[in-house]
Amino acid sequence: MHSTAHSFKDNAKAAVADPQLKRALGHVKSGFIGKRAKAAARLPEFEALRDAARDIKTHTLEHLDLYLERYEENVQAAGGQVHWCASADDARAAVLDICQRVGAKTVTKGKSMISEEIALNDHLEANGITPVETDLGEYIIQLRHEPPSHIIAPAVHLTKDLIEADFRAEHTQFPAERQLSEPRQLVDEARQVLREGFLKADVGITGANFLVAETGSSVIVTNEGNGDLTQVLPKVHIVVASLEKVVPTLEDLSTILRVLARSATGQEFSTYTTVSTGPKRPGDLDGPEEYHVVLLDNGRSQMLAGELREVLRCIRCGACMNHCPVYHAIGGHAYGWVYPGPIGSVLTPALIGVEEAGNLPNASTFCGRCESVCPMRIPLPKLMRHWREREFERNLSPAAVRYGLAAWAFLARRPALYHWLIGLEMRVLGAIGRRKGRFARLPFAGGWTRHRDFPAPQGKTFQALWAERQAGRGR
Amino acid sequence: MPQNSPQETPAPARVGLFVTCLVDSMRPSVGFAAVKLLEDAGCTVEVPRAQTCCGQPAYNSGDRADTQAIARQTLAAFEEYDYVVAPSGSCAAMIREHYPALLATDPDWSARATLIAERTHELISFLTDVRGVTAVEARFDGTVTYHDSCSGLRELGIKAQPRQLLASVQGLSLNEMQDAEVCCGFGGTFCVKYPDISNTMVEEKSGCIANSGARTLLAGDLGCLLNMAGKLKRTGSPVEVRHIAEVLAGTTDTPAIGDPAQN
Amino acid sequence: MSGREAILGAVRRSLKRQPEDAAARAAVEARLGARQRGPIPARAQLEPGAQVDLFQTMAEEHAATLTRVARAEDVPGAIAEYLSGHNLPQRLRAAPDPALENLPWDRHPLLNVAHGRASASDEVSLSGAFAAVAETGTLMLLSGERAPTTLNFLPDTHIVMLKTSQVVGSYEDAWARVRAEFGNGKLPRTANFITGPSRTADIEQTIQLGAHGPRRLHIVLLDDGPGGNGPGNAG
Repeated sequence: MHSTAHSFKDNAKAAVADPQLKRALGHVKSGFIGKRAKAAARLPEFEALRDAARDIKTHTLEHLDLYLERYEENVQAAGGQVHWCASADDARAAVLDICQRVGAKTVTKGKSMISEEIALNDHLEANGITPVETDLGEYIIQLRHEPPSHIIAPAVHLTKDLIEADFRAEHTQFPAERQLSEPRQLVDEARQVLREGFLKADVGITGANFLVAETGSSVIVTNEGNGDLTQVLPKVHIVVASLEKVVPTLEDLSTILRVLARSATGQEFSTYTTVSTGPKRPGDLDGPEEYHVVLLDNGRSQMLAGELREVLRCIRCGACMNHCPVYHAIGGHAYGWVYPGPIGSVLTPALIGVEEAGNLPNASTFCGRCESVCPMRIPLPKLMRHWREREFERNLSPAAVRYGLAAWAFLARRPALYHWLIGLEMRVLGAIGRRKGRFARLPFAGGWTRHRDFPAPQGKTFQALWAERQAGRGR
Repeated sequence: MPQNSPQETPAPARVGLFVTCLVDSMRPSVGFAAVKLLEDAGCTVEVPRAQTCCGQPAYNSGDRADTQAIARQTLAAFEEYDYVVAPSGSCAAMIREHYPALLATDPDWSARATLIAERTHELISFLTDVRGVTAVEARFDGTVTYHDSCSGLRELGIKAQPRQLLASVQGLSLNEMQDAEVCCGFGGTFCVKYPDISNTMVEEKSGCIANSGARTLLAGDLGCLLNMAGKLKRTGSPVEVRHIAEVLAGTTDTPAIGDPAQN
Repeated sequence: MSGREAILGAVRRSLKRQPEDAAARAAVEARLGARQRGPIPARAQLEPGAQVDLFQTMAEEHAATLTRVARAEDVPGAIAEYLSGHNLPQRLRAAPDPALENLPWDRHPLLNVAHGRASASDEVSLSGAFAAVAETGTLMLLSGERAPTTLNFLPDTHIVMLKTSQVVGSYEDAWARVRAEFGNGKLPRTANFITGPSRTADIEQTIQLGAHGPRRLHIVLLDDGPGGNGPGNAG
């Protein structure tokens, strides 16, 4: 996917001025936050489960090579095949190769962020293969030629009237005068259209929420059932997954599943959790004849080396963005690449470079709400700071920021000079601002005063007044 | 005098007040309110002259070396006190939660940073949790609403403490706003680096404040208060904005934040 | 160098480890062998009767419907009644499972039952369950020659026959039963955990049932004795 992360500020400016987007984003707050809180409160073991889930992934990442080897052995034992892909290019080529070998014309797709990361649809289309997204949200944004704006609710930036307009434009097989203004009617129409897609697909591509080393299984977690129809009906099932998805055992899987749905949608459990192991077995009446796993690295093996390893615990629940006031203000597209929200702010610079995506980890107040709800206890603010430090080291931050910071730090490290200068400045500002109590404009403070007044200081500094008080007491 | 829970009568303590750069420069009355509350709670208060700022502007801009230098300077200035207290969750959390990590590999400072961090507290939680204060003697006639500033709330667990002390203020009633725990959009340099996003956030917050029906907005961090006051004043809101310490200390004779001097 | 070796090499470099690290291998073998359970919710450790009740409560909370029957021979009647109650055709595609085939369907001559995998025109399906997990009201269905997966997803209405002895507390208890039947590390092609009917909230976060999978999930719960918490407890 083409990145616009470098123009994050412009993207954000446009986003906050979009009233339709604002209305749609209201559903993020109303739809996720209360439900997650309720689901967490209902399970007394929830916090202990978060700890356990974190520990499982920490252990797995420490032994990732060995678990991947074991995983592959077990995939092969079940009759499947693992395709190791170092880059997005490799992964696209691997998928295309399988599709072409079986002469695929149409492929159905379950929701997969890795597929977005490697821009798979564009590649398939360029090679004459039609990808059909089957998750309702993904289907809607495919019609609009848009990327997802949320990792579990890809069309959350849209209101139903926009979706209705898209369906009317695209689904010309239906009578123009049909009723289509209610979510129920939109869902039914999509169901009808996509059912045909399921039945004629030659290959089904899904992502994976987890890979299980013990059994060589891939796991998808969905509510619609589209992922299951995608993988059970065609003769070939391709799983695209990144290598950090592996967990050791079915017990470990169970522990993490307990925090996944609750953190994501606030459900006790998603409707469908499907554990798939290889192609159909002798005697099976349905299921794919071939089972492939396209296993993607794309920089993750490098992330294992340092502080960013913690990002690889992520299970893509979306809780961080659901609770992020910055995401609430600007939505997902402003982030400019595949992964929005706090997780995107730490992951995107690792995947496409901090030169391109440097604004993302900077555009946070460090309010910490993301970390407080992350089921895997990823220290997202700390990792955003990690990127700010890399930027600073490499002199990538804007010159005005660097010089301003240097001047401030020079002063902050010289208390006597600092108190003298601040004392002088505040007396001046205080005297000018005293009558109104605030400034509508101030030199060098345009970023502040464009949207708010600047409250006037009281005049003398605390240090100055304290010195007076001490002197008075001493007399 | 403030009231203590009966089982706790803490020994007198020598407190180094970390004024914070914003209180020092913008609103010294908050510092004096803090001093009063601390003295009422049996502490002697000193204000080291060698303090400037906790270093967050550098730390949050990725400038680790300057942050470490400022951290060492601050720690040296406060090392001699029984406690370090700041009228700010954000600055207290910086010293308490972040200094030890910043200096973890510094053989001269690692252990000292940890020791001082353990003795560092945000003002209100220090009063309740360390000094056992359960009530203050103050009067404030009116309805207030309280914004939970992010660092205090999530890094230091400050939620019940300010509400407990506010409940003891005569004449005061608390109207909780919706989303009191959601960031106001200040975020230090964030608010000037990303003014459009910050503005959207503080607009949301202003809406919640207005809907609470309260006449006065309180919080424990001056940065957030300046941001919210700036927005409220720009939009002509009649809501008065104050640091919670001013109300708890009963020193609300100064103009509220962003309000004109009385004649 | 193949992608595999390149990736594993990069992983090992980042982990600062040699391929032959006996201690690391031992740690991995121990973990895989121990199949250690994490924290199990208290609500998944009730006595069997309460566990069955919890299963029902949770399944219904997730918009499944449930009928309890006392005898296997009552199952066809319960299904016929459910179908007529919902104005659904008296036509079923059932799994080719002797346990379902041998039910006394002939007592309900209006009910047309065919066995096999689902096709696009099937409106109602019937499957047997392998287990059910009380903690979230979740059915566990395993694929196999007697249990085609398409039955679980294609028809508008999915009916599942479950026995109380199949109800366990936790997912881990269900996996223990799978291991007892298939062996350690071995799974059938597909294990489906199903909690209520298909749903989506992709349009303005309003929940709609029946997105792509079944619009209705109905469970016929046959009382054949106590539910249990372990593989040895199957009654």
